[in-house]
Amino acid sequence: MTNYEFPDANSPGVVRLDDGHSPAEGTLPAVFENPGLPPHVHRMSDESERGAKRAEKQVAGLFGLSMVGTLLALFAYFAFPTDHRSWIPGLGTVSTINLLLGVGIGLGLLGIGLGAVHWAKTLMPDHETVEMRHPMRSSDDARAEFVDVMRSGGEKSQLFRRPLIKASLGGAMALFSLPLLVQLIGSMGPLPRNRLSVTFWDGPLENAEDALGGYEHRTFQPVRLVTDPEGLEIKAADVTIGSVYHILPKGLLELEENMLEEKAKAAVLLMRLDPTDFKSTEGGRKALEWSYNGIVAYSKICTHVGCPVGLYERTTHHLLCPCHQSTFDVTDDCKVIFGPAKRALPQLKITVDAEGYLVAAQPFMEPVGPSFWERES
Amino acid sequence: MSSEAMDNARAADRLREGDRARQAPPSAGAKKLGGMVGWVDDRLGPAKGVNYLMKKVFPDHWSFMLGEIAMYSMIICLLTGVFLTFWFVPSASHVPYDGSYLPLKGVHMSEAYASSLNISFDIKGGLLIRQMHHWAALMFIVALSAHMLRVFFTGAFRKPRELNWIIGCVLSMLALVEGFAGYSLPDDLLSGTGIRAAQGFMLSAPVIGSYLAYIVFGGDFPGEAIIPRLYGVHVLLLPALLIGLFTAHIVMVAVQKHTQYPGPGRTNENVVGFPVMPVYAAKAGGFFFIVFGFTALLASLVQINSIWVYGPYDPSAVTAGSQPDWYMGFADGALRLFPGWFEFTVFGYTLSLNVAIGALMLIPVMYGIMAAYPFIEAWVTGDKREHHLLDRPRNQPTRTALGVAALTFYGVLMFAAGNDIMAIKLHMSINDITYFFRVAVFVLPVIAFWVTRRIALSLQRADRNLVLHGRETGRIVRTGEGRFFEAHEPLDEFSRWKLVGFERQAPLELTAGTDAHGVANQSAKHAKLRQRLSRFYFGHHVDPVTPTELAAAHHDGPAHEAIGAGEGAHAGAH
Repeated sequence: MTNYEFPDANSPGVVRLDDGHSPAEGTLPAVFENPGLPPHVHRMSDESERGAKRAEKQVAGLFGLSMVGTLLALFAYFAFPTDHRSWIPGLGTVSTINLLLGVGIGLGLLGIGLGAVHWAKTLMPDHETVEMRHPMRSSDDARAEFVDVMRSGGEKSQLFRRPLIKASLGGAMALFSLPLLVQLIGSMGPLPRNRLSVTFWDGPLENAEDALGGYEHRTFQPVRLVTDPEGLEIKAADVTIGSVYHILPKGLLELEENMLEEKAKAAVLLMRLDPTDFKSTEGGRKALEWSYNGIVAYSKICTHVGCPVGLYERTTHHLLCPCHQSTFDVTDDCKVIFGPAKRALPQLKITVDAEGYLVAAQPFMEPVGPSFWERES
Repeated sequence: MSSEAMDNARAADRLREGDRARQAPPSAGAKKLGGMVGWVDDRLGPAKGVNYLMKKVFPDHWSFMLGEIAMYSMIICLLTGVFLTFWFVPSASHVPYDGSYLPLKGVHMSEAYASSLNISFDIKGGLLIRQMHHWAALMFIVALSAHMLRVFFTGAFRKPRELNWIIGCVLSMLALVEGFAGYSLPDDLLSGTGIRAAQGFMLSAPVIGSYLAYIVFGGDFPGEAIIPRLYGVHVLLLPALLIGLFTAHIVMVAVQKHTQYPGPGRTNENVVGFPVMPVYAAKAGGFFFIVFGFTALLASLVQINSIWVYGPYDPSAVTAGSQPDWYMGFADGALRLFPGWFEFTVFGYTLSLNVAIGALMLIPVMYGIMAAYPFIEAWVTGDKREHHLLDRPRNQPTRTALGVAALTFYGVLMFAAGNDIMAIKLHMSINDITYFFRVAVFVLPVIAFWVTRRIALSLQRADRNLVLHGRETGRIVRTGEGRFFEAHEPLDEFSRWKLVGFERQAPLELTAGTDAHGVANQSAKHAKLRQRLSRFYFGHHVDPVTPTELAAAHHDGPAHEAIGAGEGAHAGAH
């Protein structure tokens, strides 16, 4: 099998393996040499016309399969309405047209592809071709010429001799993009102003122009808490211990403009705890003080990146954000006890009005939602 | 004709001896083709260039198809994407839903979501096109990532291909953004939650955060600007950049000629393979249809992104298990792992590094390191030659180990994005899982580095063993004295070349810090760092078998090589 001629053990240059690494000496080369392309192995289709004929039929069969698939897809498109459903073992109930159209198109394409590849592998030449590479760099002459062309171009234009042109061109080029950038950045959005720090709990927008980019003016009124999405007002007695409500300020759901934008800041979770459940920390005492008989309201917008803190574990009184798992302890003023958020959820101080409905006693005292650079100022 | 035969031939035949056989006249088809080509060539003269391209040789290897899959998936995305633009309405204005999906009938939603539902339920074949688009996008990023790993582990990024590696890095990063922009468009609850988080990311940018968010969203979140803006970015800006860079990527491959794996007959100066016409035209062209067909089958058989289940976006609602598409998983995982104490208040300003590092810095830094790697390695090795022969990963133990370590880091972050799903499925504490990942993200890459390097070195030793002692035949031979041994068959020279045809590596030797006159060398400090890195890279190495060693092995018979022989001096330390 082998065509390698081993040198005789006694020939010069042969060493023992336990001598360790053996540099070249004597008659043997330092390293092996590339033996060149191995002998070509013929395929069945090269050796017999029968093999070639079989390959031809296989290729034609695959192309034929493609046509069948395409016809299936066309048939499916016209035969079934969009709402037709079929039960397919392993897939369940699926849209018939989605299934048949896709399988038909898939077979139509796969048939062509597999046929072409099979054709190339069985019938097209499989003798490897050798192409030589050349170093990527241009010749020294070409490089020198390039430098000449550029330099003489510069000289002919008198660029280097006329500093006034050079300087003014530089200035113009440096400046021309500025108005474009200013237009883009300046017109894409309003400045944030105080918008990240006020919510619908501060009161509704007083004039519509505020929405266009100025400071927002809002006047606080003790607004009633309503459920989201029903919009029902709640009495303190309705809130049993352990229950949780999704809350919005009254009037928000009726907004014609900017409803989602207000909702994205004003959403609140309302929970009732046994007043003895609150921790006797500073935060826990403040939370109880801002509650109404153990009914606490907290911003639902996570202080990490703003997902709604949607999961309330009523046995442990933990709130969990489903996006990045920040966990807040409701008994300790919603301080972060786990996860990537830093700040506690802002609390909304609540009380009841004359008719016994829950109302906000004051707006949020800090910006809700994710942190931003100037949030403390 | 032999000279003897010539002498016997007639004189007239001798006169014709130099004549060329008359060629058969061109067929009608060839004439017609020639005529058409002639018309174009008269005007543009492309024949020479096209001939060159059609005769161009490409080497064959399965791993070279990874980039092809990426290219074809991108084309499928472009095609199906054009279809989708005919029905998708990129508007956040609210409308009541009036389509045929009954559970959402009458629900108020954005036009973007309503039109996505229409594509899924009321446009015939629309769901198929939508699912093909999404599957092809996922495949695009899977394939380009696998392609990138192939290029890295085989050293294809080395000179002269550093520029193309950088273009590839940019393409890969843009593909992530393109994917995110795309899956955010339907404005369902899941994708809206993704945009919500993206606004939180922008807010975390030091100093400019709130301005950035208000510029991008055109005001408060969510606003009605983000959907049409993302649409413009997704269908115009990024595709234009992707196509432009991808074209440059391909042209550079053609200009520099494809790399090839080492093997008999393959050298750094040649390329061995098959010409475009007809072989690669059929194989690559056929492969496009295979990828396209596979995508169609996948889209018809496997449901993806069932947006109707999530409902319309509502900033106060969320689903448990909210997760991005897989390729954004690592960034999401990084966000989940950062503890909150990375947020600081400095002089009354909030620096939210717990968000900014994972959400804003991770991706650019990661791609920056990747783009810089070829230059770092070239500086350490001091290698300024062109490389067209690929490395077998085992023959570059340190690079391979670095790659696996980076991949492990990425993998830990990606799995960390599934910490909630794991907690539910495995009934484990989400806190424990997260703590584990927080440690693992630092520890596992180190372990992976060490294990990979040992495996690579062991594989190299196994190669040496195979070359020195041949392959086991399974044939037991009994000698005259009654001893048994298994007959080994020496490798033929072609199989052997694959195992011995690589360069011996050794760390750079430090040149003296002072020159002949005792003057301190300015660059001695750099040289020292370089030598240290070089030792890190090549301190452990296994040398290829030399002919002398093979002869010695033959001489010694089936005895095994002394451990450590052939491995560099530093390897003994381990």
